[in-house]
Amino acid sequence: MNAASKEPFLIGRAMTGGYGKSGPDILHNCTIAVDPGEIAVIVGPNGAGKSTAMKALFGMLDLRQGAVHLDGVDITHLSPQERVVQGMGFVPQTHNIFTSMTVEENLEMGAFIRRDDFSDTMAQVYDLFPILKDKRHQAAGELSGGQRQQVAVGRALMTQPKVLMLDEPTAGVSPIVMDELFDRIIEVARTGLPVLMVEQNARQALAIADKGYVLVMGANAHTGTGKELLADPEVRQSFLGG
Amino acid sequence: MDILNAIVALSNFVLIPAIAYGSQLAIGALGVTLIYDILRFSNFAHGDTMAFGTMVTILFTWLFQSMGITLGPLPTALLALPLGIAATGLLVLGTDRMVYRFYRRQKAAPVVFVIVSIGVMFIMNGLVRFIIGPGDQRFADGARFIISARDFKAWSGLNEGLALKTSQAITVVVAVMVVAALFWFLNRTRTGKSMRAYSDNEDLALLSGINPERVVLVTWLIVAALATVAGVLYGLDKSFKPFTYFQLLLPIFASAIVGGLGSPLGAIAGGFVIAFSEVLVTYPLKKILGYLLPESLEPNGLVQLLSTDYKFAVSFVILVIVLLFRPTGLFRGKSV
Repeated sequence: MNAASKEPFLIGRAMTGGYGKSGPDILHNCTIAVDPGEIAVIVGPNGAGKSTAMKALFGMLDLRQGAVHLDGVDITHLSPQERVVQGMGFVPQTHNIFTSMTVEENLEMGAFIRRDDFSDTMAQVYDLFPILKDKRHQAAGELSGGQRQQVAVGRALMTQPKVLMLDEPTAGVSPIVMDELFDRIIEVARTGLPVLMVEQNARQALAIADKGYVLVMGANAHTGTGKELLADPEVRQSFLGG
Repeated sequence: MDILNAIVALSNFVLIPAIAYGSQLAIGALGVTLIYDILRFSNFAHGDTMAFGTMVTILFTWLFQSMGITLGPLPTALLALPLGIAATGLLVLGTDRMVYRFYRRQKAAPVVFVIVSIGVMFIMNGLVRFIIGPGDQRFADGARFIISARDFKAWSGLNEGLALKTSQAITVVVAVMVVAALFWFLNRTRTGKSMRAYSDNEDLALLSGINPERVVLVTWLIVAALATVAGVLYGLDKSFKPFTYFQLLLPIFASAIVGGLGSPLGAIAGGFVIAFSEVLVTYPLKKILGYLLPESLEPNGLVQLLSTDYKFAVSFVILVIVLLFRPTGLFRGKSV
């Protein structure tokens, strides 16, 4: 065990930055980390920089300070595409599927960087999301909101990522579908894959989270296990409506 | 007997020419639609790309003819076609490197690309006229007819003859082959699927590790092949003249838009819609009606709805009607 392996598997440490070269800072000294087998959730009020924090981890904005480490390796200066090759799976909030292509083709495109046989991974994705197997020859754009999110997550899983990042996976789906999606995400995390997600539905998300980050104005406001944060009177008061 | 004569006359003067012309437009429109899909702009230089490819093919055809190499009953141009495609591929890749890539890096708006492509159009136009001259060139050789009108009359005993030109048969056969190959490529191969993915959702394609420069390169090569094939087939069927190819831009764009810009299937359907309307409206129907109608109703005039000089108007009328009632085209492409 060297020193590097003691730090969290994926960590964005003391990140400060914003969009563009000269844009105002959105994140201020913000730290987010996730370990294998864990679900880490970023919550916070609108405009707190939740999605921005995740995009910073994924290399979609320039950091002025701080660093991102994946499995002990500094990836701060890699582009998002290079980070995918390094093992980061990212599911954007919107436009996260190829609508004109079939479900199966979406998964194939997810595995584009792989030159080996990926039929095992595809079978695993179909096991995880059985509905996708039934609809595999249907255009992904014709599916319901919840099914589209499953396609999006499945596409990201096709690279066999070392960490999965979800930007508001339950945005715009019904509460029943949201529960089902969360169940699937827990299943994914149980396989040992670290899952980091940004969520609007703070209460439900913290209920399944091993680790929670409450961001306010682009900075860490509260950090703890999901249960701790749910029990914290200050967090309840400000974000969970009492 | 009269009905048979009418059918034969209709086939000879309308159906067969329109099917051949429609195939040529369809292949041309496929090129336009692919560029629109992947590079996201309307390529006004497409007609002149066709002219360039055809010109190179003609030059090689002449070379082969002077060397005594022919394909027997088939036109020698088919032998020169791969060389024409290769030269056109180099031309469009060079253009992309020198011109379009700069604007792609600037993330220029589509309208900027359109204006740039008009500049490219003038350059290519000048290049072609400079090399081969502005005049008419005929380069079809081999057997002219598969079925000649006289043979058909003698065989069938009808008053009307039915002619099938070699160039028309070749056009249809080549068009079917080209379209089948293109659809197989887009739907079955990894590279083809990555092109569709890139066209569908550029950001997600990047996230999936699809290399945009490679997608662009493959697209240009396919477009060069399509443009050259369309140009050579048109030239074999009619004749080659740089200005005619520049004008072909109008029906080709009409085809792509009527079918739905960005939809390959739409480009094919659009090509035939435009071709059939154009031929039907500009052909004098007197003869056919004469066979079908009783003598008392026989028309006095030619029953030519529009002079051939106005054939381009047909494309535009159809374009306007489609855009009014179905702005995304018949096959639901992207709205313009």
